[in-house]
Amino acid sequence: MASSLNKPELLKNGKRLDGRDFNQLRNLKIEAGVLKNADGSAYLEWGNNKVIAAVFGPKEATSKHFADPNKAIIKCRYAMAPFSSLEEHGRTGPNRRATEISKVAKEVFENVILLNEFPGGEIDIYMEILQSDGGTRAAGITAAAVALANAGIPMKDLIYAVSAGRIDEHIVVDVDMLEDNYSDADMPIAVSPRNNNILLLQMDGGFTRKQFDEAIEMALESGKEIHKIQKDALERCYKNINEK
Amino acid sequence: MEIADALKESYIKGFLNEGKRADSRGMLEFRDIRIKRGTIDHAEGSAEIELGGTKVLAAVKLVLESPMEDTPDQGNLIINAELLPFASAEYETGPPTPESIEFARVVDRGIRAGNCIDLKSLFIEEGKAWTVFVDLYVLNYDGNLLDAGEIAAMSALLDTKVPKYEDGKAIMKERVKKLKVDNIVASTTFGKIDNYLLLDMDGNEEKVANARITIATDGENIRAMQKGLNGSFDKSEIEKLLDNSFEHYGKLKKIIQNE
Repeated sequence: MASSLNKPELLKNGKRLDGRDFNQLRNLKIEAGVLKNADGSAYLEWGNNKVIAAVFGPKEATSKHFADPNKAIIKCRYAMAPFSSLEEHGRTGPNRRATEISKVAKEVFENVILLNEFPGGEIDIYMEILQSDGGTRAAGITAAAVALANAGIPMKDLIYAVSAGRIDEHIVVDVDMLEDNYSDADMPIAVSPRNNNILLLQMDGGFTRKQFDEAIEMALESGKEIHKIQKDALERCYKNINEK
Repeated sequence: MEIADALKESYIKGFLNEGKRADSRGMLEFRDIRIKRGTIDHAEGSAEIELGGTKVLAAVKLVLESPMEDTPDQGNLIINAELLPFASAEYETGPPTPESIEFARVVDRGIRAGNCIDLKSLFIEEGKAWTVFVDLYVLNYDGNLLDAGEIAAMSALLDTKVPKYEDGKAIMKERVKKLKVDNIVASTTFGKIDNYLLLDMDGNEEKVANARITIATDGENIRAMQKGLNGSFDKSEIEKLLDNSFEHYGKLKKIIQNE
């Protein structure tokens, strides 16, 4: 969310600049099992976002200091590649924003992974944003969920993430970079579709109480589509193995 | 240590199961809030808050800088947090932890999204603008740093006076006017223990909590939210907490404004 001053027109003839309806997702493609060395992986394209997620483990915790004798620990890294932005060359490795996203994403996965099954263990989750166009944390988490399933990590659910936002008085879903820069609110959420429990929720901008209700409803509705694309990706991955 | 944690957990849950809290507060009630303003003379603004046993000092420094290239007509607001090693036996020295970064960024998000400081008003003349640094120093930890930090930061901003500017230089010893603050944002942070929802958790409660949500409003709009910890909320819980957050705003605003 940036200042609403000097805001360009984000809507034309009742549609968004890229021609989408308010409740329409950008094109989403996921491929599971794209890396050989990782125990699980997924490549995701969501609009102009390109994300690779990889999972290692469960394995013995690499640091005895952080190991937990009762359950596995999770290490989680979200990072944007220095070449991922159209604007400028960024710095390698996580900055403060990425550190915060890594923390909240880790908490999301702690909720769904059956950590008690691996005492003293460790699961590493990597989300590398190769190209960014708004909504990268949702893209990263959605990809990582598929990578975790691909690694055969036992989970309560195949979770997804998506963002809802506001342009003028309209609630929209799956906010892209241009919309994010000038929109009036942005709210990424991660959801366990089995019970619609909300595992991640961040928001900034401005929502009235009523707009919040509309935004969360729209995000949950669009989640059905995301969830199906995740499942299809996994199914395709194992079908291919059978054919080979 | 683990035995102590288990005892704490059964102690806190024992109370909750009777519909009570260990310090006899209501489920959706804040601890006492006390604020001292202007405690650091050298800072352009400051406020020290005690929220129960939690103690946070917010200090504002104004620094004359050149505006950033992509925003030549405005100044900057930078919020940073330090969890001092003596604030809790569990804090250690070293680079910023994910917790301290999250803390600073969530406080920042509320104030920024609420348009509390108009960055354009920090512009002085071509090549010169104020950068407003807000440093949050956690002196003692007893839970709910987020709300303590938000209230302290807002209070310190309201306490801030802008130094004199003359011939391209800042005269830091002469403060000429109040910093322009356009909006007041206050946050409420709720925790979830089993299925109980509680406002303003103390340190022991935070140890036991499985989910946490911070809601910052300006009374009219929700300005920022952040869910934390590995538990979850459902939609109806969040809706209930949003309503409760709006109910607390008026009182928190008065505390921030020193009324």
